[in-house]
Amino acid sequence: MKIGNYQLPNMSSLLLWGLLWEIIGRSGMTFFVPPLSEVVMTLFSVIGTPAFIKALSETAYAFFAGVFFAIAIGVPIGVLMGKSRLIDELLLPWVNMFLSAPLTALVPVLMVLFGFGMKSIIITTTLFAIWIIILNTRAGVKQINRSLIEMARSFGATARDAFFKIYIWAALPEILNGVRIGVIRAVKGVIIGQLLISIVGFGALFELYSANFLMAHFWAVLIVLFAMAFAVSELLAYLERRVSYYASTR
Amino acid sequence: MSQTKEAFAKATALDTEIAVSTRNICKNYGAVEALKNLSLDFPRGQLTSLLGPSGCGKTTLLKIIAGLLEPTSGEVEVNGRLVTGPGPNRAFVFQDFALLPWASVMRNVAFGLELRGVAKSEREAIAERYIREVGLAGFEKSFPHELSGGMRQRVGLARALSVDAKVLLLDEPFSAVDEQTRRKFQEDMLNLVAHENKTFIFVTHSIEEAVFISDQIAILLPRPSRVSEIIRPTGFRNRDMGNIRRDPEYLDIVDQIWASLRSYVE
Repeated sequence: MKIGNYQLPNMSSLLLWGLLWEIIGRSGMTFFVPPLSEVVMTLFSVIGTPAFIKALSETAYAFFAGVFFAIAIGVPIGVLMGKSRLIDELLLPWVNMFLSAPLTALVPVLMVLFGFGMKSIIITTTLFAIWIIILNTRAGVKQINRSLIEMARSFGATARDAFFKIYIWAALPEILNGVRIGVIRAVKGVIIGQLLISIVGFGALFELYSANFLMAHFWAVLIVLFAMAFAVSELLAYLERRVSYYASTR
Repeated sequence: MSQTKEAFAKATALDTEIAVSTRNICKNYGAVEALKNLSLDFPRGQLTSLLGPSGCGKTTLLKIIAGLLEPTSGEVEVNGRLVTGPGPNRAFVFQDFALLPWASVMRNVAFGLELRGVAKSEREAIAERYIREVGLAGFEKSFPHELSGGMRQRVGLARALSVDAKVLLLDEPFSAVDEQTRRKFQEDMLNLVAHENKTFIFVTHSIEEAVFISDQIAILLPRPSRVSEIIRPTGFRNRDMGNIRRDPEYLDIVDQIWASLRSYVE
């Protein structure tokens, strides 16, 4: 954004929206929206409380475990689909279906299968993140230069070597892109899991605050959550830019 | 004892003659015959070109020798042993270089050795020697996208040399580099053939290039693909490189090959 000749820093438009929020909050139009200043104050008072730390660690644990499994399972499946026509034709319809399916509807089934604990939450998180990771990895592998693979074969690469030294790296820009979108979806997954399966972590805080009409607390936690999701996503976007230089020369 | 010794001597004598031989190779893609009944011998220590119009199956033949493609029927022998897949006795140089874009020149050159499980310090010492040999000293830490096309192919060549395979398979290695770099490459190739005790199999579609660098030229014709002629330029082979291109024999062979190929070029 520019004002006159002065280039404003990125996302300075947020200031405008923050101001609007403050005005609406102060006007007392609705108790759902306390003034932003109050939310920020609450935010600093909430951070550091044992309840918040507990919620954060529970959520972070479920989130990172879920993302870990989504990557550890999704990337190899994507590579296999990109390599093998047969596996691709077997799995692609399912991957596409789950990618666009309303996964929230599956959560009750997961609860029946895996109980009401952390396990179900992690599986929900994985289910939200994994499909786009598979699809992107597959797309990345499909456009690997054939001669790189022939090169590896001609120098005697084993299947394991080819996977770790060629496929993963050659598809890395697409894989990172998939992981970035997957991570954003995983945030959704972990919160939905915490709200629907067992009321723990941030889900429990949301539940607690909204049930007791502590709207400033509610917004404060939401802002923290948004900020963390945004930070992870930006970190991955940064990594993506670092490797994209070779996307065109593979 | 003396008998076995004699037999052994004979065997090695025969062995030094032909490094690679293909026998009755057929390759079909569905109903299309890419190669039909192709038999060809490649003498040890020499450079043989596979020359022909596009679609005559020369790259297919090279990849069959490399073990990257399986022939529909027929067999390939390298140093008397049947080829069943890629092996350490052959190294491939690719038309599009096939370098790892995320790896430095050093790692790219050492990559063949890395796949063979050679320890890092050892393979980097070997790679360094070949990087110097192909004239890329000082570029060890560069990445492929920072190099020109000609330099990239030098990396590909160094990688193939560093695994010390007895047979080097080159698939139109200079077709993606500019004319001047190409000439330099061809001269370097002649030096390489003279100084490395290796057998070179070289696919090209350039008549001049084939005549300039080859000890033996196999002319392949399409539909169905077959070897139509084998030419061995001899007269100018041991002369000064700078004079080859105006040697009468060189010019005659170029003309002769063009005469036999022109009707296949549309």
